[in-house]
Amino acid sequence: MLHIKCPYCGMRSQNEFSYGGDATVKRPELNKEVSDQDWDNFVYNRKSPRGKHWELWQHISGCRQWIKVERDTATHEIFNTLKANEEIL
Amino acid sequence: MSQSYRLDNVGLINREKKLSFKFNGVSYTGYEGDTLASALIANGVHLVGRSFKYHRPRGFFGAGVDEPYAIVQLYRNGETEPNVKATEQELFEGLEAKSVNCWPSVNFDIGAINNFLKIFLPAGFYYKTFMWPKSFWYKIYEPFIRKAAGLGVASIKHDKERYEHKYEYCDLLIAGSGPSGLASAYAAAKNGARVILAEDKARHGGTLLTSEVNIGNQSGKEWADGIISELKEMPNVIVKNRSQVFGYYDHNMLVMSERISDHLPKTKKFHPKQRLWYIRAKEVLISSGSIERPIVFGNNDTPGVMLSSAAKEYLKVYGVLVGRNPLIFTNNDSGYETAIEFKKNGVNPIVLDTRKDPQSEIVDEAENLGINIKFSYVVVAAQGYKKVKSADIAKISDDKEQLGTVENIKCDCICVSGFWTPTIHLASQSGNKTKFNEDIDAFVPGTSKQNERTLGAANGSYTLDDTLKSSFEAGYELSKKITNNDNKISFPNVVEKKSTTHDKFWCVPLPEGKNYKRFLDFQNDVAVSDVEIALREGYRSIEHVKRYTTLGMATDQGKTSNLNGLQLVSKIENKVVPNVGHTTFRPPYTPVSIGAIVGREVGKHSKPTRKSPMHSWHEKNNAVFVDAGVWLRPRYYKQGNENLFEGSKREAKNVRTNVGVCDVTTLGKIDIKGPDAAEFLNRVYTNAWLKLPVGKARYGVMLREDGIVMDDGTTTRISENHYHMTTTTAQAANVLSHLEYYLQLVWPELNVNVVSTTEQWAGAAIAGPKSRDLLQKLFPNLDVSNEGLPFMGYMEGDLFGAKARIFRISFSGELAYEVNVESDNGNFMWEKIMEVGQEFKIQPYGTEALSTLRIEMGHVAGSELDGRTIPYDNSLEGLLSKKKDFIGKRSLTRKAFIAEDRQKVVGVVPLDKKTSIPEGSHLVKDSNAPLPNPKLGYISASCWSVEYDNPFSLAILKDGKNMIGEKLFVMSPLKNKVIPVEIVSSHYVDPKGERVRS
Repeated sequence: MLHIKCPYCGMRSQNEFSYGGDATVKRPELNKEVSDQDWDNFVYNRKSPRGKHWELWQHISGCRQWIKVERDTATHEIFNTLKANEEIL
Repeated sequence: MSQSYRLDNVGLINREKKLSFKFNGVSYTGYEGDTLASALIANGVHLVGRSFKYHRPRGFFGAGVDEPYAIVQLYRNGETEPNVKATEQELFEGLEAKSVNCWPSVNFDIGAINNFLKIFLPAGFYYKTFMWPKSFWYKIYEPFIRKAAGLGVASIKHDKERYEHKYEYCDLLIAGSGPSGLASAYAAAKNGARVILAEDKARHGGTLLTSEVNIGNQSGKEWADGIISELKEMPNVIVKNRSQVFGYYDHNMLVMSERISDHLPKTKKFHPKQRLWYIRAKEVLISSGSIERPIVFGNNDTPGVMLSSAAKEYLKVYGVLVGRNPLIFTNNDSGYETAIEFKKNGVNPIVLDTRKDPQSEIVDEAENLGINIKFSYVVVAAQGYKKVKSADIAKISDDKEQLGTVENIKCDCICVSGFWTPTIHLASQSGNKTKFNEDIDAFVPGTSKQNERTLGAANGSYTLDDTLKSSFEAGYELSKKITNNDNKISFPNVVEKKSTTHDKFWCVPLPEGKNYKRFLDFQNDVAVSDVEIALREGYRSIEHVKRYTTLGMATDQGKTSNLNGLQLVSKIENKVVPNVGHTTFRPPYTPVSIGAIVGREVGKHSKPTRKSPMHSWHEKNNAVFVDAGVWLRPRYYKQGNENLFEGSKREAKNVRTNVGVCDVTTLGKIDIKGPDAAEFLNRVYTNAWLKLPVGKARYGVMLREDGIVMDDGTTTRISENHYHMTTTTAQAANVLSHLEYYLQLVWPELNVNVVSTTEQWAGAAIAGPKSRDLLQKLFPNLDVSNEGLPFMGYMEGDLFGAKARIFRISFSGELAYEVNVESDNGNFMWEKIMEVGQEFKIQPYGTEALSTLRIEMGHVAGSELDGRTIPYDNSLEGLLSKKKDFIGKRSLTRKAFIAEDRQKVVGVVPLDKKTSIPEGSHLVKDSNAPLPNPKLGYISASCWSVEYDNPFSLAILKDGKNMIGEKLFVMSPLKNKVIPVEIVSSHYVDPKGERVRS
């Protein structure tokens, strides 16, 4: 079971969180023309990298905040966690 | 012959307490502190089972977790448990156990015929033989193999025992309380660290209990006892015995199973049988010791052949002789320790040492004691069927290839020592890259991935002095790192015998003209010849060899067989062992009860049960409940001998003619506040929300970004910047997360807050033509006329002193209202509604009537909004705003979603107006068409229409728009039904929606 550092609550066990997918996906702006390809990339197409991956987790059984987590998908090492409004560098 | 192999003055058992037990129906006695194995050996019982494949007789091989043979079926307090190792099961009064793998009895086993047919059962036999014909597998092969195989029988009864889970945090988790575990725990605990020390056996001390050493002028056992009693007194230390750390998971999470009651005749009241510990440790010290390795020789599976260390443990811990005429076969000094123990207790062993001329203190001591030692000698084969009677021995050449003349000597047991294999399972599970240590011919932990370190014998260190020194140091260092304390304790003086190197000899060659079975894996009957076949047939990877031959599988997971298997593969393949590599170590290290894994989450406790504030009223009024997600909801309120069909029909009819009340507390409720709330709703829902006035509700549909309908419900504008959203019962949690996702990540600029208020409000739906009359009586001071409170209107009121919210919304399609009060007032509200409603013939209605009412009205719900349908499919396309963007809108232009013959919800009526249509049935054009019969759609929901008194269903049907009036067939192969039906509009009752506005 992973140990995730919530930026609000500190180190908490994985069973308090739910996974939310790739954190680098940006939703196209509302009321703007979006090509089929761009929309498909937003809705469906995801990379499945082996190694470092920025992903979203929600602390559902805690502060309910969505957070960004940099995790190695192969080793499960967690390098960094950020609040939702903090930019991935 | 009562305990005739028991010594008088040796052992750690409690001779004051005699225990009686039964094995295969025969009564025996033992002592408190025995294992089932030690008690049986004390009684001269060496035949405990039959092997898996050849049904060869099986005895005891080890004295603990590594045991491959002595698997029994245990009976305790009316329950039975399979796969129990007799070497681990502690004796208790009244214990009963039986052999497995034998029929009709362990002494006469018909399956042993496999032994004589063994030439036909080599590696891969099952794979090759039972491949064809395919139909034979289920009918003939599988049932036959099932009957013949298996390691015991699982109980099919409900397990009455209680199992618990516990979560714990510590600075240092130390797995194993042998010398290194004790030393590191002591050093760390004295330095202020929070320590958990876990021991899988009943007794702490590990090898200190059986070895002749001296620590600080005490015997090993005295030193261990002293350390343990001191540790137990310390508030920062948890000491656990009978506790196996079996799994090492990510981020230093380890799992340990504690056997609290397995050693007792029955579990004490309020005690669990076992407890599973989830331990998050800052640092882990693995002091799991090592397991003795066998040497492979002919018939080496005969009962009476066992590990030399096990023989010593039976003698020193349990005061039991495994034989009176022992032969000790060793390639290292450890065998001599066993020989000396025998000698000291009046038994004359013979030692066969594969080494030519070993020089060490312990060999000298054995010689001085007058023990008969034969150097450069090996056991060629054990003789005897159900028990060792003699051994064929021979001199072996210096190159270990040539055997001398074979001679036969009498013996009643053969104690084997092929040196030691470090127990690296936990280290390997943690991600540690293991490395091969040439000196000990075994893998040891290498580079750590997590915060762990392996100490002592588990790390390949076989002198006590080194082990204690490095363990004291490790405990001190790690605790200093964590606590910043600096209390270093002094190191005791250690006296032990120096040993010399072992002989890298592991397999005795076959003598000329003999074809003895030489077993590598004792649990699965994998012999040297099987591995040879696998390699001959082209299996190269050790993982493939394992799976093809079953080497290292089953309950012992090859604890005694893996390394010899690797030696063999590397020899045949002409590779060095590290290049062959080892198979992956996976948790659990040793079998864990399913009960312990499940814990308390059994039956009704497998998920929480949520009840509405009106639950006790429903109970008192004969509600029959149904699980709705985690909620318990009344399905119908039983009157007399009514069944579900009759009851729900009565309730639904009463709604259509008078008035009914339904508990709708379970609907998800979300409070939405903030200046941008309207804009937010406008983006979340498909329809327009900016112009909804205060005091009005609106029905809304929300989509996922892929265009699929996510949920529907009504949202009411309570005040300028305050909305009350309702969701379906099932999607309540998902919708909240969905809203939070967009507010926190996508549109953080919107000033909006959302919070779940599902539990804060109790809800009652009042539906039926007389509902307004009832509402007026409940709120005499309010104007609830059609003008005062129109359809989709909202007002607040006072329900006999309770603050209430009144919504004019309808799920039933009738004139209807929903009244919400704070949860504490829920029961009060309900009782008032029932009391005042008397004169209007009010009846409560459950979820079944609720479904009937919505189905015949054509209102879509969870069974249509099933995560596969878009708004068009549910005839909700009218709610799609063309003027604004919303979540998922862009996806609705996908090709499949705008196809001309897109599926759509329709109504379905059987032509005979009598036959009920099973939900999930398929719709086809021609019921006699050859398979696969093209499927046009499926029945999503069925009811008995109370309006027309005939069956009615909703279906999602291809090209549904143009199918109204068509005649099709409903087919349910499961229920064996073919029903001719007509497709009608989904709005079966009141298609213009006049009633809700009346």
